[in-house]
Amino acid sequence: MNWKQLFSSSVGRKLVMALTGIFLIVFLIVHCYVNANVLFSNGEENFNRAAHFMSTNLLVRITELGLFAGFLIHIVQGYLLEYHNRSRRSSKYAMTAGNLTSTWYSRSMALLGTLILLFLIVHLAHFWVPSRFGELAEVSYAGKSYHNLYGRMKDIFSQEWVVGLYVAGCFSLSWHLLHGFQSAFQTMGWNHRRYSAAIGSAGIGFSIVVPTLFALMPIFMYFGWEIDLGAVTLLF
Amino acid sequence: MEHYSMDLTLRVWRQRNCTENGRFETYQVSDISSEMSFLEMIDVLNERLLQEGKEPIAFDHDCREGICGSCSMVINGRPHGPWKGTTTCQLHMRAFKHGDAITIEPFRADAFPVIKDLMVNRSAFDRIIQAGGYVSVNTGNAVDGNAIPIEKDKADEAFAAATCIGCGACVAACKNSSAMLFVSAKVSHLSLLPQGAPEKASRVLGMVAQMDKEGFGSCTNTFACEAECPKEISVLNIARLNREYLAASLAGD
Ligand code: HEM
Ligand code: SF4
Ligand code: FES
Repeated sequence: MNWKQLFSSSVGRKLVMALTGIFLIVFLIVHCYVNANVLFSNGEENFNRAAHFMSTNLLVRITELGLFAGFLIHIVQGYLLEYHNRSRRSSKYAMTAGNLTSTWYSRSMALLGTLILLFLIVHLAHFWVPSRFGELAEVSYAGKSYHNLYGRMKDIFSQEWVVGLYVAGCFSLSWHLLHGFQSAFQTMGWNHRRYSAAIGSAGIGFSIVVPTLFALMPIFMYFGWEIDLGAVTLLF
Repeated sequence: MEHYSMDLTLRVWRQRNCTENGRFETYQVSDISSEMSFLEMIDVLNERLLQEGKEPIAFDHDCREGICGSCSMVINGRPHGPWKGTTTCQLHMRAFKHGDAITIEPFRADAFPVIKDLMVNRSAFDRIIQAGGYVSVNTGNAVDGNAIPIEKDKADEAFAAATCIGCGACVAACKNSSAMLFVSAKVSHLSLLPQGAPEKASRVLGMVAQMDKEGFGSCTNTFACEAECPKEISVLNIARLNREYLAASLAGD
């Protein structure tokens, strides 16, 4: 009885948002770390090898199923929550406090989430679909054949509008996380005088650093930039 | 501070009862003293309306000293008006200047149906209290309150939560009409004290279930409630409620 209550109550619904949100945050860290290879010298080989590892490792593939479930639950629950919360006040205010008492992005989580979702659909079509269904060219390193996902990125990010779209997607993500990160901790009850400032700062840091790194990837590719780090590889 | 008098344009929500639709009605008031309270300003207008044979504006009030929590209204989009940590009855007209236009609306939430004009029915809060916002006391000799040791920090925090006057401004301010700040204040002020500890789990489960049944929304942590609360109740109480709810759901029997 308590389990059902936990996930059907207003507090439980938010807990689902928080847990799936944190899971997606962990995914973002891994995704950002792997892809950051493209920013550096020898990015093509390093990134293609890393992507190969991510698409062939069994554990990663199983986690990927969890990732799809996590996204689905977060999105469905997010829209249900938004619908439910919007229906609690049938007679609207003539005037509201607006940004005086809360931030616009904390009030716009469903809108920002929708922008992320639209971006996500385009993004999956650009990379995930061709990589899974074998429409990519092959390259070989040390006699072994790899999908040239890096080459695909080069192609895709040669168009200005795509670069613009990805940067816009990163802005949406940044604002979604600016509220979502600390909100998730509050929802899980992990907010306390002693460490709420630390969580707040970590949230702001994460929401700026990770989307900025992501945004730099299409920009670097478009302009053909790379940072020379010698032989450094972030992940194989 | 300089005293002054002012003329104002008031846009007031008029609604005959909970079933009819309401609308805004505009009134001019003049010679309002900066030293009047906001409610006294409405009293002046109501006096005039009565003399003109019109229906006065219905609004809730009782103590007029910021402790009963009944003076609910939204003034220019702000529950209890523009001053921080202040109820409408403690809001003074020096918050406004000559020539201002002021929009006055009731607290709007489906869980707080309008009774008339600016008066809303906040009995949903009473039913939430009935669902667990108490400590059970057995009959017999009264126990000496001071016999139970309480940590000073805990007592302070419990007292801070207990200053909630149940006014409902948190619901009015929230885009989701969530009552979490109120419920978390009530949960916290009891569960932090040894007297409240035995019923900790059933209290939080019962009060949240009733809160949901009354039709309040889910909290999305925008914290507009904390900004508008006349008693400046902290959202850390909401985190405590979430913690206790999770613990009670997972570990309860
Ligand atoms: C990589 C993608 C995403 C990440 C990392 C993410 C992360 C988060 C986090 C951490 C929260 C806070 C949970 C809480 O308040 O307890 C959250 C809330 C939310 N997310 Fe997402 N999210 C993502 C995508 C989406 C998408 C695609 C939607 C589409 C609807 C969405 C809609 C929402 C909504 C409605 C909330 C709750 C609003 C609130 O708490 O104020 N999110 N998200
Ligand atoms: S928490 Fe604050 S705003 Fe909410 S009912 Fe209590 S005193 Fe009023
Ligand atoms: S009338 Fe009692 S708090 Fe305002």
